[in-house]
Amino acid sequence: MNEPSSGLEQTLSGWGRYPLLSGHLYRPEKVSTFTETLASKHHASVLARGFGRSYGDAAVNPSGLTVLTERLNRMLHFDERTGLLHCEAGVTIEEILEVFVPRGWFPAVTPGTKFVTVGGAVAFDVHGKNHHQDGAFGRYVQGIKVVLASGESVWCSQQENSDLFWATVGGMGLTGLITEVEFSLRPIQTAYIKNRSIKARNLDEAIALFEEYQTEYKYSVAWIDCLASGNALGRSILGFGDHADLSDLPVAQQSDPLNVSPKRRLKVSFDLPEGLLNPFTIRSFNALYFAKQLGQDIRSIVDYDSFFYPLDFLWDWNRLYGKRGFVQYQCAIPQETSREALTQILQLCSEKGWGSFLAVLKQLGAQEGWLSFPMPGYTLALDMPVRPGLWEFLEQLDQLVIQYGGRLYLAKDARLSAATFRAMYPKFPQWLEVKTKVDPENRFTSALSQRLQIEPVRVTAKA
Amino acid sequence: MREQAVLIIGATSSVARAIAVKLAKRGVTLHLAGRDVHEVERVARDIAVRYQNPISWSSFEAQAYDSHADFLQKALMQLGYLDGVVVAMGELGDQQAAQIDFDQAQRIIHSNYTGVVSILTHVANHLEQQRQGFIIGISSVAGDRGRQSNYIYGSAKGGLSLFLQGLRSRLYKSGVHVMTVKPGFIDTKMTFGKPGMFLVASPETVATEVLKALRQKQNIAYVPGFWFWIMFIIRAVPESLFKKLKL
Repeated sequence: MNEPSSGLEQTLSGWGRYPLLSGHLYRPEKVSTFTETLASKHHASVLARGFGRSYGDAAVNPSGLTVLTERLNRMLHFDERTGLLHCEAGVTIEEILEVFVPRGWFPAVTPGTKFVTVGGAVAFDVHGKNHHQDGAFGRYVQGIKVVLASGESVWCSQQENSDLFWATVGGMGLTGLITEVEFSLRPIQTAYIKNRSIKARNLDEAIALFEEYQTEYKYSVAWIDCLASGNALGRSILGFGDHADLSDLPVAQQSDPLNVSPKRRLKVSFDLPEGLLNPFTIRSFNALYFAKQLGQDIRSIVDYDSFFYPLDFLWDWNRLYGKRGFVQYQCAIPQETSREALTQILQLCSEKGWGSFLAVLKQLGAQEGWLSFPMPGYTLALDMPVRPGLWEFLEQLDQLVIQYGGRLYLAKDARLSAATFRAMYPKFPQWLEVKTKVDPENRFTSALSQRLQIEPVRVTAKA
Repeated sequence: MREQAVLIIGATSSVARAIAVKLAKRGVTLHLAGRDVHEVERVARDIAVRYQNPISWSSFEAQAYDSHADFLQKALMQLGYLDGVVVAMGELGDQQAAQIDFDQAQRIIHSNYTGVVSILTHVANHLEQQRQGFIIGISSVAGDRGRQSNYIYGSAKGGLSLFLQGLRSRLYKSGVHVMTVKPGFIDTKMTFGKPGMFLVASPETVATEVLKALRQKQNIAYVPGFWFWIMFIIRAVPESLFKKLKL
């Protein structure tokens, strides 16, 4: 027999290629073999890994086994009436799109890449461009099957075992192995998006536009020039969108509204030399990008792939940041303080020349899972190549974020300290109670959980 | 060649699943079977959700020889007609354990050889009467030469290759095509994490090549095709030298 508990030793990292860690990989083809592995206790700890698109160290388990879920990807049931899909956790958003867009259904929430698994979407309670209106992925989950440390398979939902449910949604895979998820898709008439693209001269204008259109459009996002300064601080191009109805399409497209031709996928296939992404090139790129859009307010019809997943066509764009990798700094800032906080963050970036090739600003709504990232307000995401001085700079940003009551997204994180993390996530004690209950021996760990010192509370005997 | 209703035995293997998916995309009616019926059901449900084509499933136990006639009758009822059968069952087993313990060796022989012979006896008689159809038997390159590292598995697969060869001659005159598939390393649970693996093919690639070979009515299909040349060389090494190699 293939020894299920041994595992293949390999160097692993997240999407940002930082940090590089060594760990044991195992790829079960049935859930039952995973349960056996857990029971054998051959490895001190285990962790599920989907497509490995979380940026930092959340999907790497250096002290034990990292379990690949890619072959646990069976779709088990779909209700054509309600759009409820029940599938195994290794199914990707890409597979869902391929199967269900032609049948008139779309994920209720999708992150900016389709290369994520459903299990990962639950574990990070991912959000999309519609978070301000529709909430995060967890809101559409009817139930989750989790294999706990005891080997027991438990079904949890908002009604049933709800503590486990809210600890697992956004719980970074640390409560158990998510094996099945039941969640709803939304009906669509076409595979196209009505897109509106508006230029904002600065941050004030950008925020005003977000507020103005927040109820009118389901989806919104802004690309922001984080190196602009002075009056142009926060200049951006806002993109708004909504699913196009049949009547919105040009007559030629109306005969086949749900099929779009697949995009060509390119590969980078080499690491760009370090230093290529420097303040000068980033400044030039941003200036060009901003100048590219000539009109102030442009409307168009685009296919869903170009609207939601613009980076996916470049299969391994993470290599653009060179061998040392990069981190994505994504923070959420509450509504009340967002204008002030964002101004300060952007000012700091611009002053110190720590720019991001792609900086993204989005509106957020309420948080649901206990460790879920979103909060009503705004989120800013910055990609930063790993270079000397970066950690010091980001620690400065951390302090700003905490000061304004914000937090960082753990799916992107590779460097937060245990104390900063606790300051950012007020519901952590509540979450930890569930973790302590379902995983008292800390069988589910990751490099992230070790770094953030997330472990069950040890009950010590009192004298 | 008609391929509208196909029975797949050993359906939980990655290659069988990939073949099932390719056939489902062509609208083929499928009946899936395997030892772990819960897993077979999951594979079947997946295909039903994704490709929306008719599918049924049942349990199949390689060593329960007495049940094989009944099993085939029930599968036939579900399918309505039988155009072809894919037999993908078998297991690598543990050579080390099988060297010491005959029970282990017997298990490997039964799941890779005796069990296949049993079910294909019934299938062959049915197709011969029907005078139409195909049989795809998944053997292995390991059956082409006995090696110290896996000769129990290899001998069972070698036996299977010879069985299929004989069956091919017998059924030829009834218009039934028997194809022996000899895969090299495939990216499955058998190979994942094992040292010394090279030129590992994805189950999807293997499935595509198998169905292409079927259309071309090949007798023996090495998949991927370059394994023909690798095995050509391996078979050509003289025994006096081969026995000294650590293969």
